[in-house]
Amino acid sequence: MTQPSADEGIADGRNTPLYDLHLQAGAQFTEFAGWRMPLRYPDGTLREHLHTRAHAGLFDVSHMGQVALRGARRAVALEALTPTDVIDLPAGRQRYALLTSHEGGIIDDIVIANLGEELVLVVNAARTATVLPHLIGEIGRACEIRRLDDLALLAVQGPAASAAVATLAAGLEQMPFQSVRTIDLDGAPCRISRSGYTGEDGYEIAVPAADARDLARRLLAQAGVRWVGLGARDSLRLEAGLCLYGNDIDEHTSVLAAGLDWTWSAVRRPGGARAGGFPGAEELADALEAGAAMRRVGLLPEGRAPLRENTGLLGEDGSIVGRITSGLFSPTLERPIAMGYLRADCVAAAAPLHAMLRGRAIAVGRAALPFVPHRYHRKSDKR
Amino acid sequence: MSELKYSRDHEWLRVEADGTVTIGITDYAQKELGDVVYVELPEIGREVRQDEEAAVVESVKAASEVRMPVAGSVVAVNGTLADNPEQVNVDPAGDGWFLRLKPSSPDQIAGLMNEADYRAYVDSIRK
Repeated sequence: MTQPSADEGIADGRNTPLYDLHLQAGAQFTEFAGWRMPLRYPDGTLREHLHTRAHAGLFDVSHMGQVALRGARRAVALEALTPTDVIDLPAGRQRYALLTSHEGGIIDDIVIANLGEELVLVVNAARTATVLPHLIGEIGRACEIRRLDDLALLAVQGPAASAAVATLAAGLEQMPFQSVRTIDLDGAPCRISRSGYTGEDGYEIAVPAADARDLARRLLAQAGVRWVGLGARDSLRLEAGLCLYGNDIDEHTSVLAAGLDWTWSAVRRPGGARAGGFPGAEELADALEAGAAMRRVGLLPEGRAPLRENTGLLGEDGSIVGRITSGLFSPTLERPIAMGYLRADCVAAAAPLHAMLRGRAIAVGRAALPFVPHRYHRKSDKR
Repeated sequence: MSELKYSRDHEWLRVEADGTVTIGITDYAQKELGDVVYVELPEIGREVRQDEEAAVVESVKAASEVRMPVAGSVVAVNGTLADNPEQVNVDPAGDGWFLRLKPSSPDQIAGLMNEADYRAYVDSIRK
């Protein structure tokens, strides 16, 4: 059997503060962005995935970069790098946002949290080494930029997450989706948000590295909470229709093609009070006018064989009309699902699509995203 | 029923009484792979070469090729894997078998590892 081994190339991987807990839990590790991360535990990806949808999964996402911006001009400065409204982001709220390039591409997809006295950005592990110099180079003179290196990051996701997290401190179960606050947990200053990347209700908790093990143990002691690895994190986010940087979006993807133009706040759009003023603003405005040539779509390959990333999508006449960027077997739907880019004129068309897999033509259906409905805790459903 | 033989690519092979050989992937391989969600098997009658990637096993995240430890013609495939691919995880050396070949060069079997050698081989790559 020829396959990339789960343990391949992790000789110089960096460990998170929770490494020994993963080891004790029987994790199989994988190298990801220079980190040695738990790929799966003895339950396996399928069960971990289904457990998260039915109960709650605990994810170690300490590999993600966390960056604090301080100083009076921090929000104005950050607005120069993203189409998202940062100035009016209220204290106690966070937003999903994109850092854009001058070519109209995506440098990273991030979360911006307003903690009142500072903004905290959570950036992709694989992009931290690019984003940090970008921030320092572009806005390092306008605000103080500090990498929060000594923090672990835990995500608790699933319908049982709220009851589990509620045992940590009063009032946490009332937090609305995308709210964020600081909290003292047994003397450890933590940042907690009602958010995640699985489509489920849940929380993300940034905790000092020295206190991370105690917090993880407390959460694992709660009913329905189990470790879940990066394998299931990927299948959960794809079912939720969420992008993986490096697969579904990158520096060459336009914000519009990715369908992430909803992150372009009204106030920053043409005619808005603070229109433009971010890298690629004109390109994005032009694209919105003209429409994108390609569109990110959900795809349903027929049969049971998953279609993987970089598989070409073919039109009726056999010409290439798109490409799969993420594809795997959906544990919830018990069938292959995929996400990819399709020529805009083929998105709504009824003409059948297919892909070649090991010499066979596989019919590919179009699907609305997400594949599995989101279950975020939206109070009064305000965004 | 003879002792199992093993390839360096983590396939097992068993010589049956009628001279055909049954092939599957090892317990080590299924553990490395994780949950098997799909298995693609060759057509009956197909001639395969030694080391040819004639079957595919897929987990949630990744596809892996299964190399034929010996050359031969495919005389049977495990059709139950189409609906129950998890058999590969549950019973890799039993109900999770992949296919049966009529070997064209039976001397290739002698070049495979016995169980003790395979165990030592797995220990060496586990480091």
